[in-house]
Amino acid sequence: MYSNSYVFRYAIIMVVVVAAVLSTAALLLKPAQDRNIAVAKMQGILAAAQVQATSSNAVDLYERYILEEIVIDPQGEVIGLYKNGAFETGDVRAFHIDLKKEQYNKAVGADFKMPLYYADIDGQKMYIIPLLGKGLWGPVYGNIALGEDFNTIVGASFGHDKETPGLGAEIEQVFFQEQFIGKKIMDESGKFVSVQVVRGGAAILPVSRQIHGVDAISGGTITSNGVSEMLESNLKNYIKYFKKQVNI
Amino acid sequence: MANQVNEPLFSAKNRKLLTDPLNTSNPITVQVLGICSALAVTAKMKPAFVMTLSVIMVLAIANVVISLLRNGIPPRIRIIVQLVVIASLVILVDQVLKAYVYDVSRQLSVFVGLIITNCIIMGRLEAFAMGNKAWPSLLDGIGNAFGYGWVLIAVAFFRELLGSGTLWGYQVIPNVLYDIGYKNNGFMILPPMALIIVGAIIWIQRSRNKQLIEAH
Repeated sequence: MYSNSYVFRYAIIMVVVVAAVLSTAALLLKPAQDRNIAVAKMQGILAAAQVQATSSNAVDLYERYILEEIVIDPQGEVIGLYKNGAFETGDVRAFHIDLKKEQYNKAVGADFKMPLYYADIDGQKMYIIPLLGKGLWGPVYGNIALGEDFNTIVGASFGHDKETPGLGAEIEQVFFQEQFIGKKIMDESGKFVSVQVVRGGAAILPVSRQIHGVDAISGGTITSNGVSEMLESNLKNYIKYFKKQVNI
Repeated sequence: MANQVNEPLFSAKNRKLLTDPLNTSNPITVQVLGICSALAVTAKMKPAFVMTLSVIMVLAIANVVISLLRNGIPPRIRIIVQLVVIASLVILVDQVLKAYVYDVSRQLSVFVGLIITNCIIMGRLEAFAMGNKAWPSLLDGIGNAFGYGWVLIAVAFFRELLGSGTLWGYQVIPNVLYDIGYKNNGFMILPPMALIIVGAIIWIQRSRNKQLIEAH
């Protein structure tokens, strides 16, 4: 029979050993993991621009295609511009902006910054907006590329951490993302309406609204709604900036 | 037990440890364990396959570790010790995947975490590894993981084929069939259908395997 003190000693030693092993592993692997996360972010931005990058060529392609990293404030003014590896204005790269932190700042009413990427893909110019929202089990995120009219979607890419495989997780499939191409985020009068992910399919919308809708995923309704919500809440922050650009 | 020391590595008894869980003592269809993950990851074949691989890794290693520690583990906290071993292994696997094969880690997403909650793993640690040597424990772990895996992949095969018309992501139902009115069964990709397919597998298995037929 084991004594109480043995049980306590066993438990304490076990916990210390496990903690040491896991924290050592986490510390040693952290730099490699951070690099992977940055590369995945570049891949996501490029995917929205319809450039399929692998983890080995993402950095090169990012440098070639993404010409400007722009930071915008809530009034639609440019407060940061990073170009050709140097700052023209401001001191924060759009790439280093933590969307989660900025969304929190917005929620509590503080000042916040929004990132925007300007890309030139072999002559096709586009603006890429990073997105962050909520799915069913965890965050959903993505990037959406708009053409030079700041209205027509030219590409979209989505990702998720924990959505249900085969259902909500399908948002990262090409068939879902392709639907967004050609859709418009503003109606004919220039009012922002975003793009809805429609349960039952965009075909159930009135004909005039179908340009603002895509088909949802069967069995993934909450994730699909999360994507709609994410598009709406992220894109609306940029509308002031877009209007200024188009009026010029 | 001197006779066990000289026992060949793949004696009849050890081979049984590998093969029994595939049929007569299958963790899913006979012991009805691990049903939760069998419902969650079988809408498509690829995740089911990856889940199978991950469970093979974790169950084999956890079984060996617990078997090596078994004489020192105080019985009153043995479940906690087992959980700590499983959870640490899973976290370790997850961290290594994130650092070196990020793409694979992204595909696995939730599955790695789900392994911790898989009752088959704790079931084998408690029922087998706590009372057996390392080598039989390793075989038992691999056997049970395969027993779990084939059911998972079989269920995923039918769900993906009938629910999405694809296998491993590739379309297999010809467009001609869709043109004449064939439709994918949307119910197949929802979890209840997994339960019904598991039920069908249990039915077929019981009708063929005499050892599983109850006396009355």
